Amino acid sequence: MDIQATAPLPAAARADVTLQVLMIGLGSEILAIRTESVREIIDPVPLTLVPGARSFLPALINVRGNVIPLADIALRLGLPRGPETPDTRFVVVEIEVDGDPIIVGLIADKVFEVTEVQSAQSLPTPRIGARWNPDFIQFMIRWGDEFVLMPDLELLLS
Amino acid sequence: MDLDPAEVFRQEAAELLESLESALLDLGQKPGDGELVDAAFRALHTIKGSGAMFGFDRVASFTHDFETAFDLIRKGKIAANHEIVTLSLEAKDHIRLLIEDPISTSEAPGQRIVSNLQKLLAGDGAATVSPAAMAAGPAESAIPPGGQQGWRIRIAFAPEVMRNGANPLALLDDLRELGQCTITANTDAVPELSALEPLDCLISWSVELAADCTRADIEDVFLFVRDEMDLVIEPLGDAEAAVVPEPPGLHPEVAQQQDSTPTRPATSAPTHSAERDAADRNDAVRRTDAKGQTVRVQAERLDELMDRVGELVIVQARLSQIAHAGADLAIKAIAEEIERLASGLRDSTMGVRMVPMGSLFGRFRRLIHDLSRDLGKPVEFVTVGEDTELDKTMIERLADPLVHLIRNAIDHGIESPERRATSGKAATGRIELSARYVGAQVLVTVQDDGAGLDTARIRAKAEESGLLALGAPMSDHDIHQFLFHPGFSTAKTVSALSGRGVGMDVVKRTIEAMRGTIDVSTVAGKGSSMTLRLPLTLAIIDGLLVRVGRSRYIIPLSAIEECIELTPEIEARARGRNMLDVRGDLVPFLKLRQLFCEPGDPKPFQKIVIVTIGETRVGLVLDQIIGSHQTVIKTLSKLQADAAMFSGATIIGDGSVALILDVAQLLTMSHTQRSAERPAEAA
Repeated sequence: MDIQATAPLPAAARADVTLQVLMIGLGSEILAIRTESVREIIDPVPLTLVPGARSFLPALINVRGNVIPLADIALRLGLPRGPETPDTRFVVVEIEVDGDPIIVGLIADKVFEVTEVQSAQSLPTPRIGARWNPDFIQFMIRWGDEFVLMPDLELLLS
Repeated sequence: MDLDPAEVFRQEAAELLESLESALLDLGQKPGDGELVDAAFRALHTIKGSGAMFGFDRVASFTHDFETAFDLIRKGKIAANHEIVTLSLEAKDHIRLLIEDPISTSEAPGQRIVSNLQKLLAGDGAATVSPAAMAAGPAESAIPPGGQQGWRIRIAFAPEVMRNGANPLALLDDLRELGQCTITANTDAVPELSALEPLDCLISWSVELAADCTRADIEDVFLFVRDEMDLVIEPLGDAEAAVVPEPPGLHPEVAQQQDSTPTRPATSAPTHSAERDAADRNDAVRRTDAKGQTVRVQAERLDELMDRVGELVIVQARLSQIAHAGADLAIKAIAEEIERLASGLRDSTMGVRMVPMGSLFGRFRRLIHDLSRDLGKPVEFVTVGEDTELDKTMIERLADPLVHLIRNAIDHGIESPERRATSGKAATGRIELSARYVGAQVLVTVQDDGAGLDTARIRAKAEESGLLALGAPMSDHDIHQFLFHPGFSTAKTVSALSGRGVGMDVVKRTIEAMRGTIDVSTVAGKGSSMTLRLPLTLAIIDGLLVRVGRSRYIIPLSAIEECIELTPEIEARARGRNMLDVRGDLVPFLKLRQLFCEPGDPKPFQKIVIVTIGETRVGLVLDQIIGSHQTVIKTLSKLQADAAMFSGATIIGDGSVALILDVAQLLTMSHTQRSAERPAEAA
């Protein structure tokens, strides 16, 4: 595998910090999402499609009386996403866009577990050989035998 | 709740400055009104006092000079005039700056204002008191009749006066400064030591003051505790016959307290003004009642309450749906009860958020005062319907659009005094700002008696900028709509205030964002008016729930004119032109299935909902009309701001989300769609 550093490691990755993350599956890839931004994980609820919205934000859902947008991050990253299965979950995250907190649901094919990873074990994203759009990935990090993707949610959703 | 004390002062000062401003503006019109001078003085005095208390020393020292000036006016030593009012308004602005930013606000304007004031006072000091100011206080300046000069004063404070920070002894000292006093304390009300509450003030005093001062001077000593005391002032010597009549209406509180004091019935007000006193008393009682029942609440808390009520209404709708689907009578009864409670709660919560328009109108008086001075166009400002209430969020959002409309009315609408004279109008222009309810809407109108809109010039300008083909037929109404086009201005010269063509399009957008519309009407030579039609509230609307393809949508009921069926005959007659013949009128229609890219063919007998925005009518073709729906509006997240066809979303009975159609946007889109050769149909 051709691994080529293109950007300096993010600050969080340079010092050895323990990051608490939620592992979610999108097709064959695994993404790590920091638990600070995760609010809840829910079973799929009925969607309301929004005509005229951007394709990666296709729908609205009702989460406890709040209407929030649902994001198809697989589509945004350019990853294939499997059909809806009993494992499909919506991960509700809170991110900051232009200084305002915004709550968004993410479609995940599978939710694995909450775990800890060491930032020392992170690697910059290779520009070549990736099936995903590297602009949205902060870095990759080792989790057991695998390298998982650490997406930049703010960038990904705005 | 812990609040920064400085913040508390700022809030308090903001209100005081507002009342100061309105007193000053009124004073500009009625320079002799003693009550207004008092109000201004009291506001200044309190700002100074609390400013010093909270460490706003610059505020305190600056305000001091104005307090002194108003004290002089109050005592009739100088007369209030236009210059003093204008200067005081400047001073008020400076005080506001000092309060907002006590450190970096520059000294220079303050010094200039103070020196101007001193010049004014010096110039005025020798001048005679205006007759109006004299007339305002005939009783106050009355010297007691009879040979012996002096006053008998009876003072009884409310027991809790000391807890509120007043110091009776200091007030007695102030009395002593007026002249020789013989003070007798009455300790009858003081109980046994064991029953004594040390913080209560139970001692009353009677004072014989041998001094050549006026009644007003004595009242001034107690100016700030008068609400908490009984004060009786009578001339020395002839207590029975020479009771100085209370100036009718001027000090209702005093009159009332004199009258209702149970401990000294002998000194009640003279009988000839008894009726008036009774009226005043009612007035005063009502006023204290109103004071006691007001609670200040942070705006965010109200928003939060409204959100909660919104959620409750949604959940209640779901409960009702489930209850009515089942057969359990007990659950049905409970569901109905909850429905009743929820709708009552919704109405009272919306009521809490309602603010009278008067709070907004007051802000424009200053604007008009300044504009009319700067432009040299005397303007009379009339407001009607200040009691009309509107959701507080809407009132806030209305401020800027109204500023634009009022500016335009003065700058472009009202002619110069010379031109007015030649067309036989009074030199003073008139701007009327009115608000009234029409159905579930509020109409806010800005009307001027100026020259009216120059339709020909607007047309010429539109043709010149290529918005309109030369000589193309167009109704006056449609021509006036060009005013709201971005960058459109017919002003020959760009003034500092308006004429840059920025603003009217913003006004229109702001109003439409509130689901409102703007109507323009004008009569050449007589003036023009701009009417804003606004819904009562932003939080909950009546909507019509409809289905298009698989999805359900809400159309605001206020925009709907009628619903008709799209029969095969109508469709055949339309011949693919997407036009509809509604009782002789040609109404274009939009097929929502195409617009929303719903796949598949519709079933026959679709419905058409005809909506209107301003004067434009459009039919929306959809699959099914489900019914009316109390719609709690949830705004769309910023991430979906590009979904412009929708103004928000709501949660319907089964817990799913329905989008709310933004009818105004749909109309705009249908315009662009027409020119872009129907991309939806091609898709």
